[in-house]
Amino acid sequence: MTNAWTDIKNTDLVVVMGGNAAEAHPCGFKWVTEAKAHRGARLIVVDPRYTRTASVSDYYAPIRPGTDIAFLMGVIRWCMDNDKVQWEYVRNFTNASLLVREDFGWSDGLFTGYDEEKRDFDKSSWDYQIGDDGFALTDPTLQDPRCVWQLLRQHVDVYTPEFVENVTGTPRDKFLTICEMIGECSAPDKVMTSMYALGWTQHSKGAQNIRGMAMLQLILGNIGMRGGGMNALRGHSNIQGLTDIGLMSNLIPGYLNIPTEKEVDWQTYLSTREFRPIRPGQTSYWQNYSKFMVSFMKAMWGDAATAENNWAYEYLPKLDVPAYDILRMFELMDQGRVNLYFCQGFNPMLSIPNREKITRSLSKLKMLVVMDPLSTETSHFWQNHGVHNDVDPSAIQTEVLELPTTCFAEDEGALVNSGRWLQWHWPGATPPGEAKHDTWIMAQIFLRVRELYQREGGAFPDPILNLTWNYADPEEPLPEELAKEMNGRALGDVTDPTSGAVVAQAGQQLSGFGQLRDDGSTMAGCWIYAGSWTEDGNMMARRDNSDPGDAGLFLNWAFAWPANRRILYNRASADLQGKPWDPDRLLIAWNGEKWEGYDVPDIAPTAKPTEVGPFIMNQEGVSRLFTRGMMRDGPFPTHMEPFETPMANVLNPRMRGNPVGRVFESDVANLATSDEFPFVATSYRLTEHFHYWTKHNPVNAALQPEFFVEISEELAAERGIARGSRVRVWGKRGEVWAKAVVTKRIKPMVCGGKPVHVVGIPLHWGFMGAAKKGWGPNSLTPFVGDANTDTPEFKAFLVNIEPAAEEPVA
Amino acid sequence: MKDIATAPTTAVSNPPVQPTEAYFDARDVVRISATRDVPRPERQLEPVAKLIDVSKCIGCKACQSACVEWNDTHPEIGENVGVYENPHDLTPDMFTLMRFSEWENPATNELEWLIRKDGCMHCEDPGCLKACPAPGAIVQYSNGIVDFIHENCIGCGYCVTGCPFDIPRISEVNHKSYKCTLCSDRVAVGQGPACAKACPTQAIVFGTKEDMKVHAAERIEDLKSRGYENAGLYDPQGVGGTHVIYVLHHADKPGVYADLEENPRISPIVEGWKGVTKTAGLAAIGLAALGATLHGLFSRGNEVDDHDTQAADVLVKGRDPDDTHGGQV
Amino acid sequence: MNIDLSRRGFLRLAGAGVAATSLGAMGFGEAEAAEAAHVRAFKLATTTETRNTCPYCSVACGIIMYSKGDVKTGETAELLHIEGDADHPTNRGTLCPKGAALKDFVHAPTRLTQPRIRKPGASEWEEISWNDALDRIARAIKDDRDENFIATNEAGTPVNRWTTAGFLAASATTNETAWLTYKTVRSMGIVGFDNQARV
Repeated sequence: MTNAWTDIKNTDLVVVMGGNAAEAHPCGFKWVTEAKAHRGARLIVVDPRYTRTASVSDYYAPIRPGTDIAFLMGVIRWCMDNDKVQWEYVRNFTNASLLVREDFGWSDGLFTGYDEEKRDFDKSSWDYQIGDDGFALTDPTLQDPRCVWQLLRQHVDVYTPEFVENVTGTPRDKFLTICEMIGECSAPDKVMTSMYALGWTQHSKGAQNIRGMAMLQLILGNIGMRGGGMNALRGHSNIQGLTDIGLMSNLIPGYLNIPTEKEVDWQTYLSTREFRPIRPGQTSYWQNYSKFMVSFMKAMWGDAATAENNWAYEYLPKLDVPAYDILRMFELMDQGRVNLYFCQGFNPMLSIPNREKITRSLSKLKMLVVMDPLSTETSHFWQNHGVHNDVDPSAIQTEVLELPTTCFAEDEGALVNSGRWLQWHWPGATPPGEAKHDTWIMAQIFLRVRELYQREGGAFPDPILNLTWNYADPEEPLPEELAKEMNGRALGDVTDPTSGAVVAQAGQQLSGFGQLRDDGSTMAGCWIYAGSWTEDGNMMARRDNSDPGDAGLFLNWAFAWPANRRILYNRASADLQGKPWDPDRLLIAWNGEKWEGYDVPDIAPTAKPTEVGPFIMNQEGVSRLFTRGMMRDGPFPTHMEPFETPMANVLNPRMRGNPVGRVFESDVANLATSDEFPFVATSYRLTEHFHYWTKHNPVNAALQPEFFVEISEELAAERGIARGSRVRVWGKRGEVWAKAVVTKRIKPMVCGGKPVHVVGIPLHWGFMGAAKKGWGPNSLTPFVGDANTDTPEFKAFLVNIEPAAEEPVA
Repeated sequence: MKDIATAPTTAVSNPPVQPTEAYFDARDVVRISATRDVPRPERQLEPVAKLIDVSKCIGCKACQSACVEWNDTHPEIGENVGVYENPHDLTPDMFTLMRFSEWENPATNELEWLIRKDGCMHCEDPGCLKACPAPGAIVQYSNGIVDFIHENCIGCGYCVTGCPFDIPRISEVNHKSYKCTLCSDRVAVGQGPACAKACPTQAIVFGTKEDMKVHAAERIEDLKSRGYENAGLYDPQGVGGTHVIYVLHHADKPGVYADLEENPRISPIVEGWKGVTKTAGLAAIGLAALGATLHGLFSRGNEVDDHDTQAADVLVKGRDPDDTHGGQV
Repeated sequence: MNIDLSRRGFLRLAGAGVAATSLGAMGFGEAEAAEAAHVRAFKLATTTETRNTCPYCSVACGIIMYSKGDVKTGETAELLHIEGDADHPTNRGTLCPKGAALKDFVHAPTRLTQPRIRKPGASEWEEISWNDALDRIARAIKDDRDENFIATNEAGTPVNRWTTAGFLAASATTNETAWLTYKTVRSMGIVGFDNQARV
């Protein structure tokens, strides 16, 4: 989230598209109802189904799964054509005026540089025209045909209301009503918020869905505003934290990168990360990359990381592919190239697409280690559960270790919420039986491995032997010690570069990432968390819920990264002179000397408003309507069909899915076509359950006991399916049996002149726990992923459906 | 030293953990089942109410979940029968239930998914209490809470028949009647009901009935501004008003909300029963209580033939038994 | 089945009862009946409160756990109830249907309490001690890493990666667990590292 849950009360219009906040985030959705009740805000829901969020909306429109880009580009086109643009914001705070290279273009659904063989783009043309001074050229009048604004207008030209209706199935009148409601928020004192979640991410072009809305929000001038922003609702309680701390193949904490093997040494690695400003006078804060990186290396390897050995750069693994993400790992597992796998509170048997492939892959491991509070499907993948898990244990040679862990009630530490708040919690119950904290388990594994290397030697033991492990009790590091390590501390005296004054003495906790240095005098595990545990104590445990100005910010409640800032880009809430666009939505303002207000300024406190742009992380100093080569599938979002679709891409019928989407060769033959599988399926959560956890809870199991699918009355009639009867749903990769919920809330749509039926498949059932045994949608979903994030395409795929007498016996 | 609770004015507070003395008790009872001439309490408590704003409800069932947890009930894990209601009806282990209605509004041709939290309405004039033949099994406090005292319940099911909303359910396990208590144990220590505390959108709020009516008026004004011309308060006067009240977007058509009664009232037969018949009933109870345990007497299984059933239903509810929603479980 | 004890049967009996007998004579004095009226004892009295955060979605609602016993003083603590924290700025005491039933998640019948091993080809679990389980894991890590660690690529560049092992991290563990996990996994050169951000 750029903003916070509590900030949603400040909005005038909520657009829930690509999410279902009322069901998946009920207590956050409270703030939508607050905005409605106390600000007169309106709520728009665009979704293939009339959801429980739609049930309290002011306006609802249906959309065919996987066509959000067409809808969003259509809205942008409408806003541009109807002068619903926050012009001052667009001119000054976006890259609308920057000129793009002459050789950049788009035709037939593809941007310049496509290589069909490699399934990749040569992105060199997707860039600005750079002048001799090293800065990008601009046309502040926005008239130059090569400026971003004109290129964008040209790009969205095809997305007429007719085009949108034809592709998305959203009736034209409903689409236009929504355009008008959204267009009102281009006024500087009208603000819209976007609330989205996996409904946008779980597509082969998920990142571009989100780009589409982010661009719209910039055109409306709603980024950085109270009540505005791009608000990723996020899933699990600490998925924000796990991502912040970089528990992904290619990440280092704080959104730094694991090097690739082309970055043969430290200097090469840093050379592409200098991030010099490409407009005069801009902040380009990533220029400080080396300070964050060296501090990380010092946190990892302490005295073994020195200037002489390039901070132990050699210790880091180097990637030969963009990422060994979860899809790639299961592909490798299936090829017999993975032997040992750990699942820490993660249930891939139900979460990763194509369950048949997952079972096959896990069966090829030598050892699977599952750490979990619950008995999961993953730890039981080898066990026969009849039709629900029809395997032969004797044929599976994987050794499985199931380790009982504590859960929230029994442990201590911080979780990061969608609004980037780090909130500390305390244990209040004794762990059951022999359940242990994950920290204890990880420490035990590490210490035992280290001991083996100490005793026996072996392959490159240095990064293991030299890993910093100076905890009071090495057997079980305390949450406090680990949190302090992430915050960072001074290893030597840290001085102010201009005054020379000591800002942090050796041994002291740092108060913020501004104190980080790249000379080895500081360490910090996760630079963006600097300030969370300072000399003043644990900032994450703060519980002052006062809210000056009723702004919805709560600066003294817990700690928000970065720098306790609650609304990102808040400098953009004020105009070029530093006055708030909307005086009723003051965040920060320029008082002639410095920025001040309710929030921590997202800019240097004394940076003059007319000189320094508000988007300080970007080299341009402004936001990007055009993303240069930063995304694999294009600098603007363009309509792409899902990999499995009932309709050819009208821009280019030869294109299947995302032309650079993640797909392995072995899975291509496993993709369905609509002649055999005519119906569009989409997966989703229900409010009564949380993923695959709460089916273990008898109370939630009682509230939604059994796997079902949802279909329209029309499809039910067409296939002879009665409400509450059993149906078989099958696709190219598997089949499931479920109860049928026949509803008016799903209606057939018309796309490309043909009716499109949607089958809704909720995802909370498996073969373990208290609820009735069932299946997850991953028995049906394709093993394809987003081009930029590798997120699997769970939201749009093809199935067939028929009545079934009973569940078969395996 | 115990703190003495004050009457709750909101559900948004954290429960006390120090021993706390209830702010109301048996002295505040104004009505007792099968008991005439209940002495007028020395004090009148401020009437309370739970307001359910159907237009803010997202049907998440947090109220059901919180109710189960607070009241320590154990609803069974059933099956899906093609609808979102789970369990499919109120049960002795589920005192409240979200009921879902897909309604195509003929005025707009738009679909509306109307979701209503069902449960005890805590009638000012409680039909259950009036129908109940067991002395002290149902009581009403002067703040409006109608509570079942299970020790005194004989499981006869008259409360079900007497209830214009078809709420109480009889346990098969212990033959006692169960329904929402308005979390009387929480209210007694100054807390709101568990459902109102949990409700994510605060579609359920709790406080004095006066405050709730003021709040309802604000909500109705907002709904009217959004085009719901017939938005209004459901506080049915046929039962003297209720202590659970609804804000409805279509107050002119309560029936579209999963058959909410248009004009609920206690059956005239149950009303009339207050006199001679009820006394007779009480006498029967009294005799039974003196003679043998009621459980022993009734759980032997009095076979009822169709004719008897017919006659009894006509007498109690004034209608054919096939019309009823039952109440037997 | 209570159907036999139906209102119909009872009505008949009542209808046939003796007329006009006073309550007092029946042993049900009004005062006594009133005395019997009571509300349930408040079940949180004398419990210990602990502030925590709901582990489900990332709204991160504040919760209060009510336990018998206090872990802070070294006592064994049994969780009795969980409720939203009204002081929390986001949820203001509210909880969703999952959060409101958290106590029964903690006490789920399928909570794990003992390390177990499933041997190759076996159709059942066997119990295993923590010590043995951890030793097996450490040995497996060491052996596989030594065998499959890629120190340099074909060009001779040090790459120090280990691709035959993978680690899926959770997304509901604490930051502190995440950091310790990060250190451990990265120090070994594991690149098949992921979390639940995408699913």
